[in-house]
Amino acid sequence: MLTAAVFLPIVGAALLALIPREREEMLKAVALVVTLATAVIGLSLLFGFDYGDAGRLQYTVNHGWIEVINSRYHIGIDGISLPLLILSMVITVLCVIYSWDHFPEPHNPKAFLILMLVLETGMNGTFAAQDLILFFVFFELVLLPMYFMIGVWGGPNRQYAAIKFFLYTLFGSALMILSFLALYFKGGQTFDIPLLIAQGGAIAHGTQLLIFGGLFMGFAIKVPMFPFHTWLPDAHTEAPTVGSVILAAVLLKLGTYGFIRIAIPILPEAARSWAPWIGLLAVIGIIYGALGCLAQRDMKRLIAFSSVAHMGFVMLGIATLTTFGINAAVFGMVAHGLITGMLFFIAGSIQERFGTRELSRLGGLLLQAPRMGWMLGFCAFASLGLPGLAGFWGEFPAILSAYQPAAGLSEATFRAYMAVAAIGTVFAAGYLLWMLQRVAFGVVKPEFEKAHIHDVHIPEYIAWVPLLLGILVFGIFPHLLFQMTDAAVSVVTHGVDAVGAAGAAAGR
Amino acid sequence: MLDKAWLIPLIPALSFVVILFFGKRLPKKGAEVGITALSLSFVIALLGALEWTGKEVPREAVTAHHEWFELGGVHFGAGMHIDGLAVMMLVVVTFISLMVHIYSTGYMHGDRRYTYFFAALSLFTAAMLLLVVADNTLQLMIGWELVGLCSFMLIGHWWEEGVNSGAAIKAFITTRTGDVGLMTGIITLFFAAGRNFDIEHLNHAALTGEIGHGTLLVGACLLFLGVMGKSAQFPLHVWLPDAMAGPTPVSALIHAATMVVAGVYLVARLYGVFFTGFSIEVGGTNLVAIIGAMTVIIAALLAFVQDDVKKVLAYSTVSQLGYMIMALGVGAWTAAVFHLFTHAFFKALLFLGSGSLIHAVHSNNMSEMGGMRKFMPTTYKTFMIGSVALAGIFPLAGFWSKDEILLGAHENGFPLMLIVGLLGAFMTAAYMTRACYLIFAGEYRGHGHPHESPPSMAWPLRILAVPAVLAGLLNAPGIELFHKWVEFEIPGVPAFLPEHAFNPALAVGSLAIALLGIALASAYYFRGALNGLSQRVPILQTGHRVLVNKYYLDDLFLAIIRGIQYPIAKAAYWVNQNVLDGVINGVGKGAQAGAKVVYEVIDQRIIDGAVNGAGLSAEEGGSILRHLQTGRVQQYAALLFGAAAVLAMGLVVLT
Repeated sequence: MLTAAVFLPIVGAALLALIPREREEMLKAVALVVTLATAVIGLSLLFGFDYGDAGRLQYTVNHGWIEVINSRYHIGIDGISLPLLILSMVITVLCVIYSWDHFPEPHNPKAFLILMLVLETGMNGTFAAQDLILFFVFFELVLLPMYFMIGVWGGPNRQYAAIKFFLYTLFGSALMILSFLALYFKGGQTFDIPLLIAQGGAIAHGTQLLIFGGLFMGFAIKVPMFPFHTWLPDAHTEAPTVGSVILAAVLLKLGTYGFIRIAIPILPEAARSWAPWIGLLAVIGIIYGALGCLAQRDMKRLIAFSSVAHMGFVMLGIATLTTFGINAAVFGMVAHGLITGMLFFIAGSIQERFGTRELSRLGGLLLQAPRMGWMLGFCAFASLGLPGLAGFWGEFPAILSAYQPAAGLSEATFRAYMAVAAIGTVFAAGYLLWMLQRVAFGVVKPEFEKAHIHDVHIPEYIAWVPLLLGILVFGIFPHLLFQMTDAAVSVVTHGVDAVGAAGAAAGR
Repeated sequence: MLDKAWLIPLIPALSFVVILFFGKRLPKKGAEVGITALSLSFVIALLGALEWTGKEVPREAVTAHHEWFELGGVHFGAGMHIDGLAVMMLVVVTFISLMVHIYSTGYMHGDRRYTYFFAALSLFTAAMLLLVVADNTLQLMIGWELVGLCSFMLIGHWWEEGVNSGAAIKAFITTRTGDVGLMTGIITLFFAAGRNFDIEHLNHAALTGEIGHGTLLVGACLLFLGVMGKSAQFPLHVWLPDAMAGPTPVSALIHAATMVVAGVYLVARLYGVFFTGFSIEVGGTNLVAIIGAMTVIIAALLAFVQDDVKKVLAYSTVSQLGYMIMALGVGAWTAAVFHLFTHAFFKALLFLGSGSLIHAVHSNNMSEMGGMRKFMPTTYKTFMIGSVALAGIFPLAGFWSKDEILLGAHENGFPLMLIVGLLGAFMTAAYMTRACYLIFAGEYRGHGHPHESPPSMAWPLRILAVPAVLAGLLNAPGIELFHKWVEFEIPGVPAFLPEHAFNPALAVGSLAIALLGIALASAYYFRGALNGLSQRVPILQTGHRVLVNKYYLDDLFLAIIRGIQYPIAKAAYWVNQNVLDGVINGVGKGAQAGAKVVYEVIDQRIIDGAVNGAGLSAEEGGSILRHLQTGRVQQYAALLFGAAAVLAMGLVVLT
């Protein structure tokens, strides 16, 4: 069934390829049905999941694949992958719905939808893969559709942004595959992730550090962590709305997910050595992203920079190597997916209506399109971590966990990080409210006084309401998510703690 | 009834939802929902209070805890802890909020976002009540932040004007700056108390020495930063006068029962932590007492130089909050809570009264008022009652609570705080005299046709005037019920500092000082007014007579007021506007400038430049990028794969 969830979209893409280009309605309908069907499979996975044993891989399939290098078709999901997989499925459906009459120039829904479906297979596959080569294939499969989405349907500077995105992430991938190969040779000639987790600790410390470094580059660029983030604002600014939404909501999570799924459990010792540096870059990212936001004049670029700051909180949670921190990180990923995805949707709709995203030209959205203005305000507050909305549960426990990081990590260092991250929340309030003030409050600028501005229309409602509800529901009932992640995260941190205990014993 | 106390925050929360979704379709546009909800909550709170006072001593707190979820072995829960303090707060918050709701039907009549306003009022109240009933610090923080959100919505209610949304943002950001401390403080105490958010446990652990003193001091200092932001303590008070941009009923709610008292409530609620952390029992001085004392004086000075009636009241609130914090700092817990209680009534009364004035003359400025006594008899009478109560004149509410604070400072060994308290009493009386003079005495200086406000606004004033007069008697010598009802008790831990018997000499002294303030101020302000001033305002007759009888003092103090107080007040205001505000603005501007530099120079040129440079050199160097641009992505990928494989081999060989 998991296999179907992964490959149904690409089958759908093949199906779309057979439909003539002119039959747009049919193309859209098929794409919608395929993504919906995938989401239904996702739902059945969700309901069939054994929450009492969320730390165990479920729905596993394990076949021989590329015998010569002992790479297997091994997929399965636990409590960490499940929410992200569902997020990916839901976001894709909503993006298809939103696209209904929002196809950016040069139109061509056929190609656009095919790319979106291919993208979904890549994303779902990455979250399900339990074999490094398989993971890598899916991880890279995501690049191409996004490259074309930005490069063909993007803004004026799309060529530059698309190539930058592609090169940058591919550079990281190169180092990542390097590390994968090293793991293969050093970790018992296997690419199987669970097997490697069982054996990875045996690799010599120095080698672990190097391998982790390669993985770090691959994942950190994808996240993106400061100072590897500069591809992100360009990609977001130029990407079409749907591209931005998928990029923010799902693609960035591939990086953070990689840390939790691969880098940390396989190489816990190296993770411990790297953690202070990851934490440092994370908190720099929090402040730096916020400063970047304050300097922006373009709404979409501002939201893009805010992603850098938010992913900083996620990475801080991960760097603590604690159950609290990693739970917060997974929650933060989902919350950021919902909230920032929603913000990009709104930014896209604003651009469509006003023809600009310049903050200085906008104003009085609450007067012309009150519902959209309300939604923007709602998301801004969710994004700044207001309790009762989803963002809070990614942010607060991450800050909390930094007070007492995993054994062996310097408390003083991480407490300093905690303080910086907490100060980052003030900055977050600063730039988000500033944006809200510029866009939603005030009066309409003279140039748009006569413009006929539609409030939210039907496809937008259908695409947005699930996200808004998700933000609210996860904010009030965080355990809906934590009950999935907690057990699985404990498995990861137990591995880290075991090594910590062994290391301490050896040190004595 | 007390075991149903969770209904008290829940009802306004539901009211918020109902008003938000159905308010516009209802005959009264949602106001009726809010008023009904608050009436219900108030009745439940009142019944709860009756039950509480009827309980046998020692009264045990009514608690309930619902486990919310478990994460990493830690239990997160929502619950309530209803003791005397919480009961008192529930009554005050629901009562003031109900009055504000009723008043708003008149004041906000015809407003473009009338329904929305009532929805926000309900949410505001619900958030504050959630904070009040909280039995753990996490829930308290959630309520605390939601209060902040609502204040943002309400201060910026008329967001069409940039000034208003700017004030809303300033309030939110300034309080959130303090919240950095709150958040980290809660985290520190969470770990110190063995991964526990429970408030009673925290107090217990702090008082029994389970938490080390160093950690406790750090935690208390951090929490106090949050308190300074929320309760507008010097120097984080700068947001509060700006918050007057919101509609006046909101100001009343913010200043009397919600938002700003949240900080005081937090200190009172976690008093075990503050008491031990700051070693309050030693006497002398400590951070809490000092910040409170500074706030008393600095804010009171500022109140003298305002023309906007709401700003006078705003600085007055800051100053009175300083009293409460100072009281907590000197170990006078009951006095602080009692002052919170009495202050809520007369300050709500004063704010609603000022709203009534503003409603009548369409201006906030006292220079455009004058002679309002003739036009608005109800507003006049009730405003005077509020002013006298605030000034601390026997036997009105403010007298008793202020007296207890002074007594606490005196008996617990804080002589400096006693002096500050007396000085504050003097200044409070003086600036309220000035305000009343400018508003009610003389001739009308505006251009409109002032009229008394409609009954929906006048009645809340009349009702609030009753507790403004009587609330203080609740703890008057011989009665002392308040102290018995609202006692801070932790089972198994002895009381903090003993309650002190009423001290007549001190009471008379503070009363004399307050009267002196009135006398000197009236002498000063009325000197310019040529005739019949003592006939205009009865309360000033007394002050005037005192002044005439002791003329030699008059000259002296007039010289003081004119020669010293004004320059100091003006200088303080200048410092406030230019230095403190300048710092805030400077930080904002600096952050923006810094952001610009970081963005333009570091981000765009250096980091991005490196990336672009790498790309460019690759392009110049030959082929890779051009291949990519011409679409040969796969080739490039293959190349990278190959290179990676080679490097991997190298790595394996080397290690």
